[in-house]
Amino acid sequence: MPNLTINGHAVEVPPGTNLIEAARKIGVEIPHYCYHPGLSIAGQCRLCMVDIEKTPRPTIACNTPAVDGMVVLTETDRVKETRKSIMEFHLINHPLDCPVCDQAGECWLQIYYMQHGLYDPRMRDEKVHKPKAVPLGPHVMLDAERCILCSRCVRFCDEVTRTGELGIFDRGDHSEIGLFPGTELANKYSGNVVDICPVGALTDRDFRFAVRVWYLERATSICPGCARGCNIEVHVNRRRPHHNEGRRVARLKPRFNADVNRWWICDAGRYGFAFVDDKTRLLAPSRREDGAVSDATWEEAIGAVAGALRRFAPDEIGVVASPKMANEDLWALRRVLEQRGIRRVAFRVPPREPGDEDTVLIRGDKNPNSRGAELLGLDGDGAAILAAARARVVKCLWVFGHDLLQCAWDAAETDAALRAVPLLIFTGTNANATSERAHWVLPAATWVEREGTYTNFEGRVQRFRAAVEPLGQALPEWDILGRVLQALGVEVSAPRAERWFRELAGAVPVFAGLTYQSIGDGGAKLP
Amino acid sequence: MTAEKILTRNFARADSHTLKAYLETGGYTAWQKAQTLPPAEITEEVKQSNLRGLGGAGFPTGTKWSFIPKSHGGPVYLVINADEGEPGTFKDRYLLERDPHAVIEGMLIAARAIRSATGFVYVRGEYVEPYRRFATAVSEAYDAGYLGKGFDVVVHRGAGAYICGEETGLISSLEGKKGWPKLKPPFPAIKGAFGAPTIVNNVETICHVPHIIARGAAWFAALGTKTQGGTRMYSVSGRVTRPGVYEASVAITLRQLVYDLAGGVTGNGRLKAVVPGGSSAAILRGDEIDVTMDVDGLRNAGTMAGSAGVIVMDETVSIPEALMVVARFYAHESCGQCTPCRESTGWIYKMVRRIVEGRGRKDDLDTILDVARRGAGTTICAFYDGAVGPYVSYIEKFRAEFEALIPR
Repeated sequence: MPNLTINGHAVEVPPGTNLIEAARKIGVEIPHYCYHPGLSIAGQCRLCMVDIEKTPRPTIACNTPAVDGMVVLTETDRVKETRKSIMEFHLINHPLDCPVCDQAGECWLQIYYMQHGLYDPRMRDEKVHKPKAVPLGPHVMLDAERCILCSRCVRFCDEVTRTGELGIFDRGDHSEIGLFPGTELANKYSGNVVDICPVGALTDRDFRFAVRVWYLERATSICPGCARGCNIEVHVNRRRPHHNEGRRVARLKPRFNADVNRWWICDAGRYGFAFVDDKTRLLAPSRREDGAVSDATWEEAIGAVAGALRRFAPDEIGVVASPKMANEDLWALRRVLEQRGIRRVAFRVPPREPGDEDTVLIRGDKNPNSRGAELLGLDGDGAAILAAARARVVKCLWVFGHDLLQCAWDAAETDAALRAVPLLIFTGTNANATSERAHWVLPAATWVEREGTYTNFEGRVQRFRAAVEPLGQALPEWDILGRVLQALGVEVSAPRAERWFRELAGAVPVFAGLTYQSIGDGGAKLP
Repeated sequence: MTAEKILTRNFARADSHTLKAYLETGGYTAWQKAQTLPPAEITEEVKQSNLRGLGGAGFPTGTKWSFIPKSHGGPVYLVINADEGEPGTFKDRYLLERDPHAVIEGMLIAARAIRSATGFVYVRGEYVEPYRRFATAVSEAYDAGYLGKGFDVVVHRGAGAYICGEETGLISSLEGKKGWPKLKPPFPAIKGAFGAPTIVNNVETICHVPHIIARGAAWFAALGTKTQGGTRMYSVSGRVTRPGVYEASVAITLRQLVYDLAGGVTGNGRLKAVVPGGSSAAILRGDEIDVTMDVDGLRNAGTMAGSAGVIVMDETVSIPEALMVVARFYAHESCGQCTPCRESTGWIYKMVRRIVEGRGRKDDLDTILDVARRGAGTTICAFYDGAVGPYVSYIEKFRAEFEALIPR
């Protein structure tokens, strides 16, 4: 392990660590554009210059591995002057259109100019003009004039997705990022180029001009789009509700986790949040009687459900839980099932088309918590429950989230089951063909409106936190189930997600010892 | 000071490019001798000869060869840089056209020294006739059994970018990529073409090798100065009576070259300035030409030997206009990889053009000097430093001429 000195502080790093990462270890940020820890070294922005003892002139830190005994200085006059010059070079041909640029507020040209530039502009000639507002694909827009040609996006498509759509064309100050002929930037991870673009050259077509970034608030979360459980940040706009057509969730951004998703997320996950603010959201409990739907109070709905669970014999009740439910919800459900001795429970509903998967991040199982549902013992035979409903053995069917009419099961048989069952209860976030058949609908909060944990396919338990309030009267499933449990006569203490997790960790050996604190933001792998 | 002709000795023969002519003048005998020598001894002989790279950087050739890792098990490549693109330079073209077998024989010997089984010759795209002559010579060498027995030569044509003459830009281009210079380290001798140890030598440099092996390092070293052996070919252009390629010792002075060999300034005009080593070399005033043309001599004079492209300017030449032409060249040819070079070559060209067009501002000259100096030494390759040579020297040595164009 090389031992070196940076600005007078000793630091020990693994062999091969470059000087940017070595400096990071002691809290020193060496400014850079082209370097990204997830990509190969390009060494072309020339901003990360540092002084190394016995080296005649400043050297780029990104391509310099730490060596035992090395003495590095990141703040000499010479380094500061070099940075200032490199900042000037980066901005000579930049349009300086910050007021109308979506990146403003999170742009590394702005940040580094304030930190390391602050020169008086000398460029008074006509700037080089390049194409603007060029769609590169369904999600990404290019402004070539703002581009600083750091090549991160090119390397991402070459090295991470290995799809190679992007290149740098032409030469000198006419160089520009572009698509190879006949291609478009439509790979499954294209949105990541917007994240790694340090400037406003690549912007997100879904997000651009929606909200200025300084109005956004953030919550750490987990993507619910598949069994990987990529770590994300949810960016929401509460301060300017008239912006973004009332959509509260403005965008999802990947959050680094070395063990799960590194720096990336897929486009399906990134753009998969539209249901949160969609018109199909279920906003209040409702009942359907003789074909007429009317709103109900939570008291009425809980009372009706608890009454049904009491009225029907345990063997007459079937429950189709969901692998999109959090561990806390599934544990609360298990408590309800145990309380009534209900044995007919399942959570797997096979999709019509098998989910796509790859070797980067995307898993075929499009549910965030199948593993959690397995570990909590809810893995029964869903098809058999429906068959029992069709046979009029099951008389009360409670479905969580699924649209049973849109799955791999025979739609006619499912339809027959839903018609046959005297009482259909639906709990979910959005209306679907199944909820429209339900006699009682209990609206659930989406994952950004509550907290909880998912267990990913590798057995990693990860926390997600609330970013916004539930829409309408929607409640987290654990809360709905807790109220049902209370109506069934079981005392339930303080209604918080953490309470359910603590109870679960105390009861299910594989979760033993885990707490929200110990899971933290990085997750905890089950033994 | 017209030394014995070595590289150009056959140029007078109309058939000098043929295998027949080459063999009649002692061709391939050095290769026969080299085959009896251990590889390390060949490298040592080249080291002792003080042969230095003649493409521009002037790096000692034998030393470069010795950087190939001894323990390397995989392929080693020899690459000949025939992408002659430095403005004012046209010597390699003559060698490819008039003595192509000398290139092949030099490659055979170098390949033995570095244990390479494959050589690439990267020929500038615009060099159509040199390419044809050289490709024909390669076929002749295969037919005669010099090539194809442990050493093969691949001739590759460039597509016209100046940066592909930079050795790692050349390697990128040879690999089928955009001709962007590579980050160093690793250096090509450790990780070059296709990831293998690679030696890149200039055409003229490699042509010297057979003579060094045939006649000995001591003979070659004695032709030059203490730190650089041999002769070299000077491309003389501009306002001289007899422009052309001249072979002479590296110890010749610039004055001898311009006046004795090239016949002096056209029409007996007054010498205003000389660029001694291709467009990237700093310019010398007419009164600064009593310097020897070897690498160290010109370095001490504040300029460089470079590719020995000697560009002569008399009083009819406007230095600001000359700088505008040079600045346009560097703005056009910057590969665009490193920020300082990509952005400032264009900016500086715009400023120089404005000055020439009579729209200069008082602070333009200081801005150009400051921008050039700030960018110098901050980039991956030597291209930008090559541009800084003229930017700074033209303005510093002829400042009054620029100031006269700027409106008061």
